Amino acid sequence: MAEQLYNAIFVGSIYALFAVGFALVFSVLDILNLAHPVVFMLGAFVALFCMSTFGLPAGFAAVIAFLATGAFGIFLDRIAFAPLRRRGAPPLSAMISSLGFAIVVIRLMELRYGPDLTSYPAGSLPQTVVQIGDARLDALRLVIIGLAIVLMGALTYFVRATQLGRDIRALAENPRAARLLGVNVDRAIASTFFISSGFGGVAGALLGFAYNAIYPQMGTPYELKAFTVMVVGGMGSLPGAVLGAYILGIGEIAALVFLPADLAELRDALAFGLLFLVLVIRPRGLLGHRVAERA
Amino acid sequence: MTPLLEVEELRVRYGAVEALHGVSFAANAGEVTALIGANGAGKSSTLAAISGVIPARGRIRFDGRDIAGAPPYAIVRAGIVQVPEGREILARMTVEENLLMGLRGRDRSELASAYERFPILRERRALLAGALSGGEQQMLAIARALLARPRLLLLDEPSLGLAPLIVKQVFETLADLKRQGVTMVLVEQNALRALRLADRAYVMDLGRIVMNGTGGELLRDEGVARTYLGG
Repeated sequence: MAEQLYNAIFVGSIYALFAVGFALVFSVLDILNLAHPVVFMLGAFVALFCMSTFGLPAGFAAVIAFLATGAFGIFLDRIAFAPLRRRGAPPLSAMISSLGFAIVVIRLMELRYGPDLTSYPAGSLPQTVVQIGDARLDALRLVIIGLAIVLMGALTYFVRATQLGRDIRALAENPRAARLLGVNVDRAIASTFFISSGFGGVAGALLGFAYNAIYPQMGTPYELKAFTVMVVGGMGSLPGAVLGAYILGIGEIAALVFLPADLAELRDALAFGLLFLVLVIRPRGLLGHRVAERA
Repeated sequence: MTPLLEVEELRVRYGAVEALHGVSFAANAGEVTALIGANGAGKSSTLAAISGVIPARGRIRFDGRDIAGAPPYAIVRAGIVQVPEGREILARMTVEENLLMGLRGRDRSELASAYERFPILRERRALLAGALSGGEQQMLAIARALLARPRLLLLDEPSLGLAPLIVKQVFETLADLKRQGVTMVLVEQNALRALRLADRAYVMDLGRIVMNGTGGELLRDEGVARTYLGG
């Protein structure tokens, strides 16, 4: 039971890291970045590259994955979103554009690494197991959970207490007011993509470490989950996305534990059903802003 | 004396429609310059063009420098700060966070000056700005703009939608700022109050300046009185 809860928190942490980045871009630009699974996957591969080519330790590789995917996020914005933004294209165009970008990058990665599972170099990941009571917990996952919580704490501090963070929030709430207040919009958008993609990339690297199996399509299953989690949490609310992510993680594992083995296939149905229920009861999501607060 | 702000032949178009057909006016340092006129005369478009938030043609010189085409943040940094129509406070941020947006990373101790001028904002500093009354939101918008250290304050309809008593308070605040030497360009539908406060005023109609003079001259002008002062 303790092991299952532990797994639920681990899975929830990965969902949360993935979903906050997704929600951050949505809150600032009102677009769904369908290339977010790509930065997730690239994070895992950047870490692999650092470890296999340069023999860097996993922790250091994760830091590089964060920085590299963050920079890649700015590039992604320049290619897939900025040209559309300049022409005032509707959000749907941005969605399609990012989807196209994602497919191109995934295919290129498949050409290079093949579609199958790749592992990290032997012995590069810690194998320690901690015994707490009669639960055997994988130490690596413990570190990953801790790291996810620290990262989300840092993000909260950034958006609440720094001027750049306030600029991003101002831009998310009211672009016209933000510009009149002297927010450098290009800089705020670039920072948004850096942070969003950096979080996505580090989530991918951490998940890759935990499962020791990465592949070019590894981000795809997370996309729909992140989208759902974001809607349930309240469109674009970062704490909402995190809360939604842990609820989904716990819901999935609970389904696994409580459903009889022959119904295990229903695990997604149960988890998503739970989220659906939240929306029926509370359409604006758990921590969403009331619509119509501005005339 | 060269004016602090000189606008020449300003043209703005929204799609196929030209909203400003070559507007020229100037604002002197230390003075209040009012732009009055009916709804749709182009007053707000003029301010938006000066702040750089809508594209415009023509020349905008601030302190001798041409700022037309500069991005809005560079214009704010140069010292032109706008209190926009409808206040545009950030409703999901606290009152204090709104003020910090004006401060832009400078030392928080400067907040004291804003709280001194508007004690109500000190009381409400931890509240979400969206919870303030209309009058308080206008105070917040003015306080926030002042914290940006404006060399030129643009005010777009500061009395719009406020109760008469609050309108009076807002204009008292503006008169106070004028005494302190703050240079202002004031756009107002409440022409009587605007002209009383203004050193110089311009009347706009259908995207053009149709008349100008000192505030007193326009107050005494029969045509202005009939059209804009309801008398």
